[in-house]
Amino acid sequence: MNNYLDFERPLAEIEGKAEELRALARRSEEMDVEDEASALDKKAAEMLVDLYKELTPWRKCQVARHPERPHCQDYINALFTDYTPLAGDRNFADDHAVMGGLARFNGRPVMVIGHEKGNDTKSRIERNFGMARPEGYRKATRLMEMADKFGLPVVTLVDTPGAYPGKGAEERGQSEAIARATEKCLQIGVPLVSVIIGEGGSGGAVAFATANSVAMLEHSIYSVISPEGCASILWKDAEKMREAAIALRLTAQDLTELGVADRIVNEPLGGAHRDRETAITAVGKEIEAMLVALENLSPKALITDRRQKYLDLGNKGLAA
Amino acid sequence: MNWITNYVRPRINSIFSRRETPDNLWTKCTECGTMLFHRELSDNLNVCTDCGHHMAITPRARMEALFDGGIFTEVETPEAIADPLQFKDQKKYPERVKIAQKKTGEKDAMLVVEGDIGRTSIVAAAQDFSFMGGSMGMNVGNAIVAGAQRAVELKRPFVLFSAAGGARMQEGILALMQMPRTTVAVQMLREAGLPYIVVLTHPTTGGVTASYAMLGDIQIAEPNALIAFAGTRVIEQTIGEKLPEGFQRAEYLLDHGMLDRVTKRTEMRAELITIVRMLLGLPPEVMGDLPAPTEAETEKVETPDETAKK
Ligand SMILES: [Zn+2]
Repeated sequence: MNNYLDFERPLAEIEGKAEELRALARRSEEMDVEDEASALDKKAAEMLVDLYKELTPWRKCQVARHPERPHCQDYINALFTDYTPLAGDRNFADDHAVMGGLARFNGRPVMVIGHEKGNDTKSRIERNFGMARPEGYRKATRLMEMADKFGLPVVTLVDTPGAYPGKGAEERGQSEAIARATEKCLQIGVPLVSVIIGEGGSGGAVAFATANSVAMLEHSIYSVISPEGCASILWKDAEKMREAAIALRLTAQDLTELGVADRIVNEPLGGAHRDRETAITAVGKEIEAMLVALENLSPKALITDRRQKYLDLGNKGLAA
Repeated sequence: MNWITNYVRPRINSIFSRRETPDNLWTKCTECGTMLFHRELSDNLNVCTDCGHHMAITPRARMEALFDGGIFTEVETPEAIADPLQFKDQKKYPERVKIAQKKTGEKDAMLVVEGDIGRTSIVAAAQDFSFMGGSMGMNVGNAIVAGAQRAVELKRPFVLFSAAGGARMQEGILALMQMPRTTVAVQMLREAGLPYIVVLTHPTTGGVTASYAMLGDIQIAEPNALIAFAGTRVIEQTIGEKLPEGFQRAEYLLDHGMLDRVTKRTEMRAELITIVRMLLGLPPEVMGDLPAPTEAETEKVETPDETAKK
């Protein structure tokens, strides 16, 4: 039933065995396997705790990219009401890799914007696997501007492998679109809070995550380059992604130490995909807390606070 | 010492220093293969005299050609933590930096200076692709922030020559964070109403293009410069087709509305002077000989070892 990651293979075997035993028992009435099956369950539970106790950075990348991890759409459906998608960049197209629109969060109207990766083959293609084109960033810029005009807080949900490396995307100014979206993030006089829910892939993530407060899910990542990309450049071997993932310091834990992320949202045991509802609820609580903390700041103070936060990232480092 | 020797000294000095490398007298044009006499090439700002190909030029040589009489002063930039992530791939990051420093004689990949062009005071910055691919780490961020702050303090335009492969991987997320950070620097200039002019040189890609290098009031590029967000190979792998000739080159971007102008390096100084003076509402540049500087100005440009000799 579960979609196991490679490092979860021993777990998959035990859970599979327990399932097999129970299936067998269902077919022949005189067989009693419950003792053995529960023993296996217990072992599986222990193993899950063990596996997730200290996930290596590369394993975190795998969890962050898990296909069943809750995505932007899931958070919007569960946490927001009156969601009214607003489409298009008024210039070329509507980019389905970026969701955005008006919505209410715990009653208050907000602008919500996020990357959506899709959850099956059809929707993944439609969403371009969460890789936005210039139109996606320009839509986000337009929506942030509108939020600023009407005094609505902005909530962004970040989950992208990176901006789309395509021919048309380059021709229509991918880099300019990202730069303008980042600039807009720094200009608006309303609270801007961001949650990295899965992958924070490079510039494509910065365009949404340049916020007053940045929260990261416990097993989410945020990085200048993918571990595979970094490995192929610096190690000349894409298979060295485990080493690259360690060197890049891309985990939520490292990023809070470096002052890039402000808060970590704990995930249910075994990752957000094993208990989506719990994960989504926890993110909701965090968004509420971040918005409340900024609620009494003036537009000017919000802008100054945001800019100072990034200006300060000029002389940071991990403790030696 | 009279003002003329003082005025021409930086050029003479640079010619002397070039002559110190006699085994390097000829350079092969990387485009057309013509053998070019070293001095002729550097007098033409490393633009091939045969085919017009723009080869790399060091930030210092660029500044020397840009400023009146080749005179400029460096703007101090704060030094960031040397190895913030204790990054180690096959080589330690500080070792890579040391090699780049030795190779270029520079502390990092961005030089920030102030001075006059066509008797118009500006602050300028130039990125050095030969320093770890011009990559943007905290020191490059510091240089841009310091440059913008200095421009605001002196109420001068800021001219930036970009050249970079992107963010510096060895500084990880902190390099990525220089995207919003340098954007704040651009906003300081905007709010002060000061011109911010970007000259994109070969190559400018990745996170650098997606931040300060694409946010200029005016965007100029050198001919045939590669300007991109994603690498050509990555795109070809993603879309599974060959990209057209000239894709992601300056002229291609100009055609697609992403740049204001493509300008030859040898004409860049004159063009920048013209643009900057119009944006500042100043009359056209007065051509002709420079008036003799005052005594105080003469003092200012003396170099320490000359003072010692007296
Ligand atoms: Zn040539």
